[in-house]
Amino acid sequence: MSAGTLSPRSPESENSPRSQASDLLLYQGSEWDFETLRRIHDACEEIALGEMGLSVYPNRIEVISSEQMLDAYASTGLPLFYKHWSFGKHFAQHEALYRKGLRGLAYEIVINSDPCVSYVMEENTATLQALVIAHAAFGHNHFFKNNRIFKDWTDAKGILDYLEFAKNFVARAEERFGEVAVERTLDAAHALMSQGVHRQRQRRVPDLRTEELRERERREYDAERFNDLWRTVPGKTQAHVPPSELERRRSLLQLPQENLLYFLEKSAPRLAPWQREIVRIVRNVAQYFHPQRQTKMMNEGCATYTHYRVLNRLHEQGRISDGAMLEVLHNHSSVIMQPEFDDPRYSGINPYALGFAMMQDIERICEHPTEEDQEWFPDIAGCGDAMPVLREAWAEYRDESFILQFLSPHLIRKLRLFHLSDDSGKPALRVDAVHDERGYRRVRQALARQYDPAWTEPDIQVVDVDLSGDRRLILEHRVLHGRTLEEKEARLVLRHLAYLWSYDVLLKEVDPNTGAVLREHAVAPPRD
Amino acid sequence: MEILDRRLNPKGKSLPNRQRFLRRAKALIQDAVRDSSAQRDIRGADGGGEVSIPMHGVREPSFSLGQGGMREHVLPGNKEYREGDEIQRPPGGGGGGSGNEGSDDGGGEDSFRFVLSREEFLELFLDDLELPDLAKRRLAQLVDPAFRRAGYTSSGSPANLSLSRTLRNSLSRRIALKRPKPESIAQFEAEIARLEALGDPEGDIPELRAQLDRALRRSQRIPYIDPIDVRYRRFEPVPRPVAQAVMFCLMDVSGSMTEDMKDLAKRFYMLLYLFLQRRYKQVEVVFIRHTHEAKEVDEQTFFHSRETGGTLVSTALEEMRKVIEARFPPAEWNIYAAQASDGDNAAGDSTRTARLLLEHILPAVQYYAYIEVGRDGEHGMPGFPRGATDLWRTYEQLVASGAPMAMKRVRNRREIFPVFRELFRKRGLTEEATA
Repeated sequence: MSAGTLSPRSPESENSPRSQASDLLLYQGSEWDFETLRRIHDACEEIALGEMGLSVYPNRIEVISSEQMLDAYASTGLPLFYKHWSFGKHFAQHEALYRKGLRGLAYEIVINSDPCVSYVMEENTATLQALVIAHAAFGHNHFFKNNRIFKDWTDAKGILDYLEFAKNFVARAEERFGEVAVERTLDAAHALMSQGVHRQRQRRVPDLRTEELRERERREYDAERFNDLWRTVPGKTQAHVPPSELERRRSLLQLPQENLLYFLEKSAPRLAPWQREIVRIVRNVAQYFHPQRQTKMMNEGCATYTHYRVLNRLHEQGRISDGAMLEVLHNHSSVIMQPEFDDPRYSGINPYALGFAMMQDIERICEHPTEEDQEWFPDIAGCGDAMPVLREAWAEYRDESFILQFLSPHLIRKLRLFHLSDDSGKPALRVDAVHDERGYRRVRQALARQYDPAWTEPDIQVVDVDLSGDRRLILEHRVLHGRTLEEKEARLVLRHLAYLWSYDVLLKEVDPNTGAVLREHAVAPPRD
Repeated sequence: MEILDRRLNPKGKSLPNRQRFLRRAKALIQDAVRDSSAQRDIRGADGGGEVSIPMHGVREPSFSLGQGGMREHVLPGNKEYREGDEIQRPPGGGGGGSGNEGSDDGGGEDSFRFVLSREEFLELFLDDLELPDLAKRRLAQLVDPAFRRAGYTSSGSPANLSLSRTLRNSLSRRIALKRPKPESIAQFEAEIARLEALGDPEGDIPELRAQLDRALRRSQRIPYIDPIDVRYRRFEPVPRPVAQAVMFCLMDVSGSMTEDMKDLAKRFYMLLYLFLQRRYKQVEVVFIRHTHEAKEVDEQTFFHSRETGGTLVSTALEEMRKVIEARFPPAEWNIYAAQASDGDNAAGDSTRTARLLLEHILPAVQYYAYIEVGRDGEHGMPGFPRGATDLWRTYEQLVASGAPMAMKRVRNRREIFPVFRELFRKRGLTEEATA
């Protein structure tokens, strides 16, 4: 060996003050193999399940190359997805940025499935793998399994099989009906993807037991409120009004309907069966991702908080070295970096940063509350153990309600949040609220609204179909605060919609307060 | 918990998506490739590279909220603002923190940049070009033989042992020679043991023992697998038809050709070489340079060494004829020739040149391309016929008579790609380019 070669272990094996402790180390240096991954996973599991009380789906960790990671990126994070040109486009885009070094790759991708699949990149160092496993395989995994929205809306057991089915179905359709025809249908369905989700829970048919219970409750209520006097009060005779033509049609087509893809799948007159199935596939995928959009901040907060705690604990136990811990901290702090609003790097609030800060803040409130916290959060302040509170929050809230419930004045001050209102009718922006006594609640409310899909996404519904006439489909956009649709994009989407509907489509932008129609877009289906 | 290694999967999982994307945006990408190829040098053309296409062609639209109306932002990092402060709108709309809607202020959405591989680039660039004349194919003598399965053989390498065929032979031989099965031997033994236990009431044991003995000897004499059973898979070399091409590069290197001109010629040759390579497995290149005498040289000399002397084009053609006769029989080779010159030729040489071409060269070649290089801005107004050079006039007559020949003038590096494209444009689309 020539002088100057330094094997990565030598400092630790020679002059480590705790050479005995180094037996505890899960790994040394940055190299890893599958055995290392297993040891890391088991160590993380011990802490996450044992000390933090998380409950997770069984884990499956898959090692992939950077190219595969790019690929997974491009197909919206799903490993086996049907083929479509837009994924090729995203791949090309990501690849160009990645090759130039403008953008790094995520260290992991995790899939809400049972077993929970985490993809880790082969390029990661052992420390990064530990970080990733704690973050994804325990943090995200716990969130997926326990959060109410995920439980209600997604089927973790079925998703991998469903994706497999979708992939094969699309491939078979391409073979039978041609790539171009399938592509056209997929294009159209993709354009409507964000209008392809049920936002409200569908009415479930209650089972007989609850039905009976409710019936009894109703009767008891009536008995309590019974007053014979009401019988003597003269009233209008209830004339039975036959439902109007409009009402009949509406109930027939289940209108108004906010899920455009659902409506098309069920009611579009001229779709071929395979097209309906494709529309359905896109709708189901959209629905599958819907919870993730509503809980992005919490989900990342939960995962970041988990990896931070697990790795700190591992370090305390002497199972990862000081050097590894420094690497963890370096990565951790770059993940939760939040540039300020006047920083050129600023591009919205970093969900990792806000999420992690809120989780830590809850921990602080539980363990070391101030007087202010006692006043704002009497339920949890000083309760001692943050974990039950956090677990409860992770299970029962989504971003909007979580902020509304748990954003503390302390954190608002720390992040120096302020609320700006931007009315295009006025020449200047106005600072509505800042981080002071008068502003806390308003800042909190405004921030929560930013995470509310009902506030940030256009509310577009199918309201009517001219069944007796030219079968024109009529949509309505209920315009909130004068924010109308981007016109060019809207027309492109409507053209896709008209293709699926096969007749004219009319979109009215309506002010819900006055009922006035602000704008109208009419599009005819493309002629072939 | 399980750990899977997904890296073992075949690469290029995203290839179908990419192909779909390229197909979808083909027209746009092709334009982009043409545009970018006008600027890049020939080495760049070889290497693929980044192209940029307009975003609107590959947009995926979705409903989004436009500008205007009441908006709210909650931003971090307040420094001096107090409640009720008014902030002037930054120019360009949006507001200080409209991070999510920020796409309208930059060029990010307008164009879409990505990288094409060398293959894809050439494919798109050369897509609508074709080689004039049909390729001649010939059976090259074992130059690149392909191996094909051809039945079985009784000798060969152990790697090619055909287990199923061998065992089939062994089984039929064993049946034919009545080799006793192991089960029947076991049966004899069991029977003997049973009778022995009973004390041999009927005295059958000696008889049985003799039978067992015969069976044992028989099974020893008839082996389970015999060398005559063994079969090997046989492979047979098959000559693959190889379409092969040779490309002649002819260049005038007399004093009147400047380095710039040679550079232009070189670019043209390289494009032609790439093009031929895509169409033929084997492409040979022959470099012939000439002054008043011609010589076949290697590439380095061809492009870089200087000669002095007069200019006799016919010498180069003569040299080419000799090379063709010696090494490239026209029946077997697809012959392409590209000649670059500044158009000078000695006064009396034209007729000889024309005759050589007409009688020897043109009948042998698939295509003869002549580019006349000149200096930028040297020759009068664009599109205006300048005083044609000797060579140009000579060749013009040949082209007019319908020879497989094309000619073009190139004055600038930028023109190389368009000129090349024009020379090899699909026939029938534009005949006037050569006429």
